[in-house]
Amino acid sequence: MSVTHYEFRPYNVGRWLVWGFFALVLLVAPKLFTSSLAITMLTQMGVAIVACLSYNILLGQGGMLSFGHAVYSGLGSYMTIHALNLVSSGGLALPVSLLPLVGGLAGMAFAVLFGYVTTRKAGTPFAMITLGMAELVFAMSLMFAEFFGGEAGVSGNRVVGQAVWGITFGPGIQVYYLVAIYTFVCVALMFAFTRTPLGRILNAVRDNPERVEFIGYNTQRVRYMAFIISGLFAGIAGGMGSLLFEIVTAEVVGSHRSGGYLLFTFLGGATFFFGPVIGGVMMVLASVLLSELTKAWLLYLGLIFLFMVMYAPGGVASLIMMNLRVASFGLLRKVWASYLALAGTALVALAGAGAMIEMVYHLQLNAALGDELRYMGATLNASSVNSWFGSAFVMLTGVGLFEVTRRQFVHDWGEVQVDIEKEIKRREAL
Amino acid sequence: MNTVALNPMNTGGEAENRLKNLANASVALELKDLRKSFGKTEIIRGANLAVKAGERVAVIGPNGAGKSTLFNLISGRFGPTSGEVLLNGQRIDGKKPFEINRMGLSRSFQITNIFPKLSVFENLRCGVLWSLGYKYSFWRFLADLDDANDRADELLDQIRLHKKRDVLAGNLTYAEQRALEIGITIAGGANVILLDEPTAGMSKSETKRFIDLIREITVGKTLLTVEHDMGVVFGLADRIAVVVYGEVIAFDTPEAVRANPRVQEAYLGSVLAESQAAGH
Repeated sequence: MSVTHYEFRPYNVGRWLVWGFFALVLLVAPKLFTSSLAITMLTQMGVAIVACLSYNILLGQGGMLSFGHAVYSGLGSYMTIHALNLVSSGGLALPVSLLPLVGGLAGMAFAVLFGYVTTRKAGTPFAMITLGMAELVFAMSLMFAEFFGGEAGVSGNRVVGQAVWGITFGPGIQVYYLVAIYTFVCVALMFAFTRTPLGRILNAVRDNPERVEFIGYNTQRVRYMAFIISGLFAGIAGGMGSLLFEIVTAEVVGSHRSGGYLLFTFLGGATFFFGPVIGGVMMVLASVLLSELTKAWLLYLGLIFLFMVMYAPGGVASLIMMNLRVASFGLLRKVWASYLALAGTALVALAGAGAMIEMVYHLQLNAALGDELRYMGATLNASSVNSWFGSAFVMLTGVGLFEVTRRQFVHDWGEVQVDIEKEIKRREAL
Repeated sequence: MNTVALNPMNTGGEAENRLKNLANASVALELKDLRKSFGKTEIIRGANLAVKAGERVAVIGPNGAGKSTLFNLISGRFGPTSGEVLLNGQRIDGKKPFEINRMGLSRSFQITNIFPKLSVFENLRCGVLWSLGYKYSFWRFLADLDDANDRADELLDQIRLHKKRDVLAGNLTYAEQRALEIGITIAGGANVILLDEPTAGMSKSETKRFIDLIREITVGKTLLTVEHDMGVVFGLADRIAVVVYGEVIAFDTPEAVRANPRVQEAYLGSVLAESQAAGH
């Protein structure tokens, strides 16, 4: 009998390297990007990473499509800001650095409460109930202005109490490192969770809930416990957000935020543990940078989401892993030319489509500024036939070329996969 | 004479010894006037059965007779409309599948029912976790659970899938998936095993190997299996339960069942004629 334990490698060098690299990135990121906007964005990324990972405990690991995850991060945010204000007024003796845990406990407590109802069902009923819960909480945010702060929200001041070792949490960089520590610990804990009996049975529940019932597990209980754990980390993320922004408004529990978690967790890749980490980074880049670049950013985001669902349902993480697999067999050279061609033609198509989208937005929103607009270094005239014709021509050319290169790529990719299968067979035969 | 009647595995001393031992065994699974209706249609119409501990019972009957429904009632997939199911003397009718499983009854499914996105090893390890007391624990690493890992590896060897240890279960061949299905079923160490058409869709030679495997890994356990292959049925079973129109019309040794005129008339006559015509 073989006694080698699955995944049991006491000195797993690869894993140490990955976690070491992650810690290093968290440590040096603010040294590389030093502007205050960059520091804020990096801090937001930490928050978003924890939030998306906590969401993925439901979506990717448990197969639970929640439309109301912002309820738990958002209520965590509110409890944290209220706790912060209590600390300010002397009603609570707690160091600011521990306040995200208040958010975590709040997220967990609400998950215990709401999850008891939602996790009784799986699949579509689960999704519907979470949607209902989200609407319920959002409606309450308008009803209970004392707690939710009404339109203005609740604000606080994180610079309170005695500074420990000169850390006041006034400067953004100090908040960044606080969030970075929380992020590292939370990511590690959530990864550890995937390696536990409950974590594995949660995967089994995702794959085949009926079978799980026949190996002794109550699937409702499994979902409920996972939901509570997810709520804990969502709440911590919300709490960190409160310390970062020092203001919490009702949108943090809104459906827009819940949709964002779903969207970016999916884009990052729900099937791999690290997918939501990419998703969290993308979330901040999109909402801060893309929204700066163009007013139509949500439309572009929608398009990206659409194409990802159609062509790469495993998200960015799956694209990375598929190519790593190809690379590990030394076959990446066979497809890189196709990749370049795909990227080039996609950019051409996007440039054309983008020009038209921008002209529509210009006509609808900036008509008072005249018909002309600047777009990628060129001047377009939103009411001229030439601009429209030119844009359409560029887009269609791009789409046509893209389709040609895509077919070539599919062919090349298929060949590479066949080669890999052959190689695997050959190695097995040895 | 067709080969159905002659089975090297269950003739002579071994079969007699088994029957002798079983005579003193306690009842492991008992059905008392079990009934199940879907709407106005009564599918199970007062089924009675008492299976002894360690006994191998084949459940046969024509399509639509209610064999799978019977298994679903016993294993808790559906609750019965009336009647009782007793496992080692304890009522289990109306209990949830996981409760029944924890009491020592495990089942497999007619349509392969595994965890396709987990590795073969993970499939089996999931099957052993509850019985080893790990329950919902999230404060221990799977890699450190030596007993669970050893047991899962042992099962891998038993079902001859150790070479496919880290392959995703969804990528196995059909026969391998069937073996894994059985592996998951016995993983938790249940004493009463229900196999719903374990050899469905397999070739003759695969079926033979598979039955040997089932015989081997269910030693000492109570086994109920739904089976259509009469060669398998007569070879494997200590007793045969014939289900026709939701009733157990006969429950006896293979020889007695074969000689039973009611069974001949309702089911077996046509099946034997068919298999003879097919040249078995």
